[in-house]
Amino acid sequence: MPVAGTFARSRSVWALVLIPGLWLVVLFLVPCLIILKISLSQTALAQPPYTPVFDWTGGWAGLKTFLSGLSVSNYVALANDTLYIASYLKSLQIAALATLMLLLIGYPIAYGIAQTKGRAQAFLVLLVILPFWTSFLIRIYAWITILQHDGLLNRALIGLRLIDAPVSWLASDTAIYIGLVYSYLPFMVLPLYATLQKLDPTLLEAAADLGARRWKAFWSITLPLSLPGAAAGALLCFIPIVGEFVVPDLLGGSETMMIGQTLWLEFFANRDWPIASAIAVVLLCLLVGPIALFDNLRARQLRSRS
Amino acid sequence: MRGNFAPWDDPSERPLISVDKVTKRFGGVTAVDGLSLDIYAREFFALLGPSGCGKTTLLRMLAGFETPDAGRIQLAGEDMARVPPYRRPTNMMFQSYALFPHLTVAANIGFGLRQERMPRGERDARVAEMLALVKLEDCAGRKPHQLSGGQRQRVALARALAKRPKVLLLDEPLAALDKKLRAETQFELMNLQVRLGTTFVIVTHDQQEAMTVAHRMGVMDRGRLMQVATPAEIYERPNSRWVADFIGDVNLIEGTVVDVQPDAVELDSVAGPRLRLAANPQARPGLRVWLALRPEQLRITTAVSGSENVLAGRVSDIAYLGDVSIYKVRLASGGDVKVSIVNLSRRDGEPIRSDDAVFLTFAPGAGVMLTS
Repeated sequence: MPVAGTFARSRSVWALVLIPGLWLVVLFLVPCLIILKISLSQTALAQPPYTPVFDWTGGWAGLKTFLSGLSVSNYVALANDTLYIASYLKSLQIAALATLMLLLIGYPIAYGIAQTKGRAQAFLVLLVILPFWTSFLIRIYAWITILQHDGLLNRALIGLRLIDAPVSWLASDTAIYIGLVYSYLPFMVLPLYATLQKLDPTLLEAAADLGARRWKAFWSITLPLSLPGAAAGALLCFIPIVGEFVVPDLLGGSETMMIGQTLWLEFFANRDWPIASAIAVVLLCLLVGPIALFDNLRARQLRSRS
Repeated sequence: MRGNFAPWDDPSERPLISVDKVTKRFGGVTAVDGLSLDIYAREFFALLGPSGCGKTTLLRMLAGFETPDAGRIQLAGEDMARVPPYRRPTNMMFQSYALFPHLTVAANIGFGLRQERMPRGERDARVAEMLALVKLEDCAGRKPHQLSGGQRQRVALARALAKRPKVLLLDEPLAALDKKLRAETQFELMNLQVRLGTTFVIVTHDQQEAMTVAHRMGVMDRGRLMQVATPAEIYERPNSRWVADFIGDVNLIEGTVVDVQPDAVELDSVAGPRLRLAANPQARPGLRVWLALRPEQLRITTAVSGSENVLAGRVSDIAYLGDVSIYKVRLASGGDVKVSIVNLSRRDGEPIRSDDAVFLTFAPGAGVMLTS
């Protein structure tokens, strides 16, 4: 009886692993390999717009010509073109700075929500999630109307006599930061809130009992214990912001492009699928570090909880 | 060990903690209701009561986590009303221990010393001393989650003692330990308290624990102190039916005083015959009273011996607990009485069996006559 039970359980465990495994292979690993392959190809005026294309009918000889057609020339081109390097650096810089702003703005919000009780807390969390109910694109277009020359922001600032003439907010890095911080704030606030809300309030009582004033207790107890949440929020924002396309494309200027825009340009405007694929592969490699860090952190959190 | 220590009986002694008509409400619930209490230096005082009786609220008011709605708390002569927790000469050991999970054992113990900016060398020495006190020298570098429950409890104790507080407040400190460890730790706590001379105030719902460790205990119910006395006094001379029933097992027999003599009181009881008790200054004819008899104060026999204070009945249940046996006897007049007999010698067969007719007797001085 126990043997049969174990057997049945091990079979169902296999099924449980197999389904998401299959999903990941078909929808993640295979596309990744296709992109990797395209990044090693050359652009061509053809359908699809690159060579070599693997020909099943060619047999061994066909495979040989296929393999000899692959090269790393696209990566060499990326490394030698300052335009691409500048684009990568710009993306990393914007992502890092935006993440820092998100931390500084998101932490007090999350802390404030965690301090409230009962229904007020549920309501505030709802307010954080509420923007998700509207299309992301529409919300960014709304920012255009707010930031434009005779938009809401300029009129308000002139009305308050803070500025004399309208400031051109749009098409600047400032606009990109505003858009990014606005769009990603929930991703920062929610993990921080989850960590802060779980914090045992008796720890702060113990700190007070041992002689720590409020701010000292915050500094030595609350802050260090909320670091896992801050790290989760930071990575949850940093990783997608590096590859962000919509916000810089709609709100940003044209002087330097973020890597998402460069990729879009190569793919759609220049129809250079191989170089676009190479850009994507390099971007993936750049993000593997932070992603691995995130995964490691989550695993550690899970372990410390058990 | 505790023979001569009785500052509460000395009128020249000033209390260290003085709670004066303190009331605390939470919404519509009165957690502490006009409570007054004096606790003396070097005393081990236990607050005992059922859950929700307000004992923890009282402790938290002493620590400064709650402020009284009315009344006054004085500590060493100083009014505590405006003194925040971080400036009180008290330290608390929390029921959940509340150890800082991101700090090592040594850093947890040294946390309070850091707050008062004690120099590094002195602080390290004090932490080492505390680690030795609770026998955790080998665990200084570990984090709380790497410790067993008993070790965590000792870290919490060491952390609360590290600042050498005037008063150590303990909120159900042993509740999370298993029974055997709890008994050992109770004795360790007593030794520690005597050695350090610190005043301990412990909150517990476990009466055995309170009676083991405390010099005096306060029995609380619904925000009020029902009785404050030494464990022996509370057990042997409870001042009310509630206290008698809460502390230990008791048989309560209702009756009316019919005769007051210089050396005895006689009452008519629902249990049947006229009962004869030791003299009591409160007794006057016609007074409604309750006789409180502990199970061990009754003798159980199968044949009548003597004529004073004899209750006839039939054994309805026997519980064999190893050291003692509990007999539940249904009296001829109705009502159940519990009798406990110490099993002094190994029993071969049952001298008294279930359903046997038995007689219960007790000495006139055995029980307590209660008027409320």
